[in-house]
Amino acid sequence: MSKIRSVEELAELIPDGAHVAIPPEYSFVPMELVHQLIRRKARDLRLLCVPLGGMAVDLLIGAGCVAEIEAAAVSLAENGPAPRFTDAAITRKIKIIDSTCPAVHTALQAAEKGVPFMPLGGIIGSDIEAHRSDWRTVDDPLGQGNGPIILIPAIQPEFAIIHSPLADQFGNVWIGRRRELVTMAHAAKRTLVTAEQIIEGDLLDDEKTAAGSLPALYVSALAKAKYGAKPLALTDCYERDGAAIADYARQAKTDAGFDDYLMQHVYSGRASAAE
Amino acid sequence: MTCKPEEFLISTISGLLNQPHIRHVAVGAASPIPGAAALLAQKIGGQQLDVTIIHGNANNAFTDGGRELFDCAGQGRIDAFFLGGVQIDGQANINLVGTGDYPNLERRFAGSFGSAYMYFTVPNVILFRPEHSRRVFVEKVDFISAPGLSAPDVQRRGGPKALVTELCLMSFDSAIGRFRLESVHPGHTVEEVLDQTGFEIIVPDQVSETATPSEDLLVQLRNEIGPEIAKTYPGFAKSVFDIQSVAT
Repeated sequence: MSKIRSVEELAELIPDGAHVAIPPEYSFVPMELVHQLIRRKARDLRLLCVPLGGMAVDLLIGAGCVAEIEAAAVSLAENGPAPRFTDAAITRKIKIIDSTCPAVHTALQAAEKGVPFMPLGGIIGSDIEAHRSDWRTVDDPLGQGNGPIILIPAIQPEFAIIHSPLADQFGNVWIGRRRELVTMAHAAKRTLVTAEQIIEGDLLDDEKTAAGSLPALYVSALAKAKYGAKPLALTDCYERDGAAIADYARQAKTDAGFDDYLMQHVYSGRASAAE
Repeated sequence: MTCKPEEFLISTISGLLNQPHIRHVAVGAASPIPGAAALLAQKIGGQQLDVTIIHGNANNAFTDGGRELFDCAGQGRIDAFFLGGVQIDGQANINLVGTGDYPNLERRFAGSFGSAYMYFTVPNVILFRPEHSRRVFVEKVDFISAPGLSAPDVQRRGGPKALVTELCLMSFDSAIGRFRLESVHPGHTVEEVLDQTGFEIIVPDQVSETATPSEDLLVQLRNEIGPEIAKTYPGFAKSVFDIQSVAT
């Protein structure tokens, strides 16, 4: 059976309360799918930022879709603080689990290897460690005098969501050098992908695209979404729309401004259907 | 030729990177001044210097996803890196999370990024925080994103080596856990640095003035480094060097 669905169907697959891994701000963020999650009024999502959150995460928080977020940091990068995240942190509307970048990668790598935890250097003596009751600092378990080390439990998200420039009819997805997307998909129970373009051929037939592809084996469903990452950048497709993100950064400073933004850019739009 | 404050800081940081034992400098998220400084050091330095700017694909040779920066640092292949702080204290603890009694914060910032790992694994961490005030340089940080010092049994090859602000350059001596004033930028004084610093620092009898970039260096920075950093930070390149962004 074909894995190709619509963006609306993808958003329906993610139930309220789901644990969802989302890529970092710089590329491959499934913004159109995030808009559709807001339109379908998703609630109580638990987000895992891999490892940083940005505008998509801020939108989900502001729209009331999020109960909990784990991240190494959340910001709008060049456009400054993420306003809804900042507000939710101060008013304690959502639970924030502070992490650090390599701890998120390590937790997903543990899950992709099917082991319950993985050690990670550094971090000891930080307040991140102090507030992570799920992490455990142990003495070198092999007794080789390497001192204390932190064990990071595996994280197996229920969903990983990705927007790619290119996928094929079978559900193979080109990810290029963005290998953390492969780790996310390996670790997650289900991976939902939107793509600018879905081609007839097979990305695994050509060695040059095969090596940079996530095989359909890991992909549960795929939908076409033209401009599906905008206003964020998408590798080889379009640049980051800094002016649009600056507008968001300004509007999202207030509840009313954020609601206006949703009306103008999210509720007015519709998921781009497959052509 | 007038030198903009950003250009002065780029030149100062660049000087710190021109050392024979620094062969690979990595630059993290949202760091246009350190990024430009690394590219400048690569251009003018005597040593072969690799520069990795992880923000975007320009000047970024990593192909193994977000984890490669940390794996590379863990392998000991990164010699210099930059960290900042909402607060930095006298023991070089840095806070990137917020002020107040965590998790009941008064102000919330983005988060710790990879600081808690990079501080342990990169031998020459340069702390960069332009704002030099008692709001930033506090007696004790409210939240330790990454500690400046560790117990002797903790594996740690990395840590803070220098601090660059809008007022001065300091070094950090991890043996005694103190900052030492190295030079004060032109137009500022030792008294001003002490007034604006909320922890004790070592002040030598003679404190030199931080070197001002030469005209040649400024020309090179504007003409050669400007267009290069524009590929990663178009907004910064436009405001500082008046360079329109180039699609990469």
